[in-house]
Parts: sequence; C-alpha cells; structure tokens
Amino acid sequence: MRVDVREAVFDPGAELTAFSAGRTDMGAVVTFTGVVRDTGDNQLQVMEIEHYPGMTESALTDIARTAVERWSLGDVLIIHRHGRLVPGEVIMMVATASRHRKDAFEAAEFLMDYLKSRAPFWKREITAAGTSWVEARDDDEAALDRWRG
Amino acid sequence: MDVLYFAWVRERIGLPRETVETSAATVAELVEELRAREERYAAAFADISALRVAINQELTDFDASLDGAREVAFFPPMTGG
Repeated sequence: MRVDVREAVFDPGAELTAFSAGRTDMGAVVTFTGVVRDTGDNQLQVMEIEHYPGMTESALTDIARTAVERWSLGDVLIIHRHGRLVPGEVIMMVATASRHRKDAFEAAEFLMDYLKSRAPFWKREITAAGTSWVEARDDDEAALDRWRG
Repeated sequence: MDVLYFAWVRERIGLPRETVETSAATVAELVEELRAREERYAAAFADISALRVAINQELTDFDASLDGAREVAFFPPMTGG
C-alpha cells in the first residue's frame, strides 16, 4: 500500500508498470487517472489544489486501509497532486490489484468516491473571467451511500 | 490550541493559522467565540452547514468536545479527485 501526496508531475504509465511489476499472484489491476479538464465555456487557465499537509496523508491512508479490509486486494496505490496545474495535466491516480477483477474494480471506485469528499483537498479554478473555488457536489456525498450499511 | 483555516475560510479570515486561547468546551462554542471577534470571522462562520471541521487532523462534528484538541481546522466541503 502506498500513498503519495506531491506537487511534482508523475507518469501514470510508469507508476502502473512499477505497481504491477513482479505480482504474478494478481490477475487484475485497475487504475483510474484524474486529469484537469477545461470545461470549454470558461477557458480554464490554471487549477490550484490546496490541501491540509498531514491530514491529507492520514485521510488517504485510512481510505486505502479501509479498502484493503473490505476487499481482497494484493496492493493499493494512491497518488494525488497539489499546487498549480494546467488543463491536460494528471491530478491523481489510484490503482488496485486483486486476484480477480471484481475486487479491483469495486475497490477503485470506493477509493475514488471517498477521496473526492473525505480527503482534504480544495480546488480553485482560475479562468479569464476570474477565480472561483470548486463547490462540492451533492452527487459526491450521495456516492458514499453506496458503500454504507 | 492551533486553529487552521483552508480554502475560502482562509481567504475570508485572512490568515492560514493562528494560536487561540479559549475555554470553549466544544467546536460550536469555539465558533461562537470566533464569530464574536470581528466581522471577517462572522462572515467566515455565517453558515456552519457550509463548513467542515477536523480536530487533530480527523474529521468530526461541530458538537464535538475540544478535550485534548491541539489543532482544530475549519474548511469548506472537500473537492479532491
């Protein structure tokens, strides 16, 4: 299990290769990569991601640990960037490895749902028109219901 | 204790962290004290349903006790991923 909170660019392909290397016991590896998206109408120039050093690492570690307890996983990887990013840049990735695909897929979705609204990151969009904080969506909170009970 | 502010809470209050001497027993009482200080605090804490709080870097509720709290952080709902 690895959690990496960083400002620097990373290569998701290289991370996937390293994550999968030597795991002959794992039949399934699922990855999700989040990319800064320009909505088109506002011409996003920069996305700034603020975080809470210390809590970010512990929250992500807790989320990863919960996934490991809940599904049969050989390994979990979470990488999340902060700082100034431009459209097209990779923000974050998660990877899960399991013997069969169901656990890897479900655990990856679980990680994404929880880190969207339970890991202390805040996005701010800088466009030609000005600067605004990205608001949390009700959908993001509702997505957690799926994993409860 | 150290009180930290993030995102628009930090912007409204105008600083990222400060040391606060308080006898507040709960987060809600601490919020009341901060609100009473100055307009910028009142503005930041106008609607606590729009805020989240962490004690010692763990998410909690506004009715949580400050017993053992070394660090309290206020911020808007998180937008990771």
